[in-house]
Amino acid sequence: MNSKSKNQNNAMIVFLIFLAVLFLSPIFIVFMNSFKGRFFISDTPFKLPNSETFIGLENYTSGIAKTGFIQAFGYSLFITVFSVAVIVIFTAMTAWCITRIKSKVSTFIYYLLVFSMIVPFQMVMFTMSKMANILHLDNPIGIILIYLGFGAGLSVFIFSGFIKTIPIEIEEAATIDGCNPIQTFFLIVFPILKPVGITVAILNAMWIWNDYLLPYLVIGNNYKTIPIAVQYLQYGYGSRDMGAMMALLILGIIPIVIFYLALQKYIIEGVVAGAVKG
Amino acid sequence: MQKMPKKYFAFFTLPTLIAFTISFLIPFFLGIYLSFTKFTTVTNSQWVGTENYFRAFTDDKNFLNALIFTVKFAVISVALINVLSFSLALLLTRKLKGTNVFRTVFFMPNLIGGIILGYIWQLIINGVLIRFGVDITFRAEYGFWGLIILMNWQMVGYMMIIYIAGIQSISKELIEAAKIDGANFWQILRNITIPLVMPAVTICTFLTVSNSFKLFDQNLALTAGAPARSTSMLALDIFNTFYGSMGYEGVGQAKAVMFFLIVAIIVLLQLRFSRSMETEI
Repeated sequence: MNSKSKNQNNAMIVFLIFLAVLFLSPIFIVFMNSFKGRFFISDTPFKLPNSETFIGLENYTSGIAKTGFIQAFGYSLFITVFSVAVIVIFTAMTAWCITRIKSKVSTFIYYLLVFSMIVPFQMVMFTMSKMANILHLDNPIGIILIYLGFGAGLSVFIFSGFIKTIPIEIEEAATIDGCNPIQTFFLIVFPILKPVGITVAILNAMWIWNDYLLPYLVIGNNYKTIPIAVQYLQYGYGSRDMGAMMALLILGIIPIVIFYLALQKYIIEGVVAGAVKG
Repeated sequence: MQKMPKKYFAFFTLPTLIAFTISFLIPFFLGIYLSFTKFTTVTNSQWVGTENYFRAFTDDKNFLNALIFTVKFAVISVALINVLSFSLALLLTRKLKGTNVFRTVFFMPNLIGGIILGYIWQLIINGVLIRFGVDITFRAEYGFWGLIILMNWQMVGYMMIIYIAGIQSISKELIEAAKIDGANFWQILRNITIPLVMPAVTICTFLTVSNSFKLFDQNLALTAGAPARSTSMLALDIFNTFYGSMGYEGVGQAKAVMFFLIVAIIVLLQLRFSRSMETEI
């Protein structure tokens, strides 16, 4: 490499570092303000906390107490984990079945599910939340069924694309060895689906963890997830407490950052795979 | 395998289909029906024909304004996001030091939920605007550009990842051959890289168009439509029509049906257009 292109590369790296700092600065600014007194935030958000404005973890304790953040975290975690598990298992079963049994019914089911992906949520939000109410699905367990219904389109689509590439001989061999379809699926097919299952799990986890409107309409009155708690802090208590808001934003980001740094490779691969197939 | 007994078909598909029917299928068709009625709950509807569809435009200008705002927003954000993310992808496929760290950083905002993103940027934008004695709800333009900045911050890293995958799939020999023939950077970009990443362009345009049109959480948190509903996008306008005032449920549902049709038509046209660009090459 000659020195001219070396200089060029160094210039690019400097530019990228500048850009990366710019990208991270919004989160840093919120972090810094989360340690400042509530009246010192809106006017001077870009100033570091000093001896006058620094209040330690007070915003965190008041934010957690005001919104019931611990509970909200629990609801978010419960709903996300179980919805994702249910979606992965049931949509994999559905996708395998309608891909392997070629019939008019299975083609119809497939296109119906794919169609649901382009329908905006507002189209069904009112009628769906009324349905959930009538059927007593308006609780953290019932909402799992709703998420299965809404997650089915993308998940079946991604699973089907992958299942088409698995040689059917493996399954036929299992049948000859005496497996019934249920055994074949759970013992042979499901383990093969692992990589694409991770993609489906990550895409759904990101969606459900951050989802605001659906849980707000279905269970929001009685059970607040993290996004609902944050939004409630803004409008729910008369004058808004900027300090508690900053603390809650940071508390809302921390689980995502941990999740991301731990599973980064899978998340980036999953997002690419999901996008390319979707 | 072809002769799977019926009971197995039910076993494998019913759980998903029941959930799908309850949460999507019935609400979808009920929603279309209700858009032609006057109702406050799903059980007391009265048929009014297409009245709601006319009222969506004649009662006030909110829906039309939201439509114009959304289209403007979508055009600008789709163009900006794709140009920026493609440029970043070009930079990060040059085997520079620390590429992985940069990728990690640029992608991260994408994982943060819309509500939290909205309040992060509200703090920052208001922090700048307060020096001029105003805030983001002072003029519609502020909210508009605020949303554009937010959307770019969230989506650029995501699209960059898809473009990187596209660029990396181009064969090295092709680029080497072009270099030997004396092609410069811009010639390679125009004649090799861009034509060969067209499938990635299709995906990224599709994702940015549909995300821009359906944007809700970010809009709610950043401006909530202020000042005076002038920064409401379609999804937020529909939400406010439903839950903001009594007696407008039918109008809200009619708006939602039109919203669905607009999104469906745009997505299908865009896919068809992009695919035709791909096959030309």
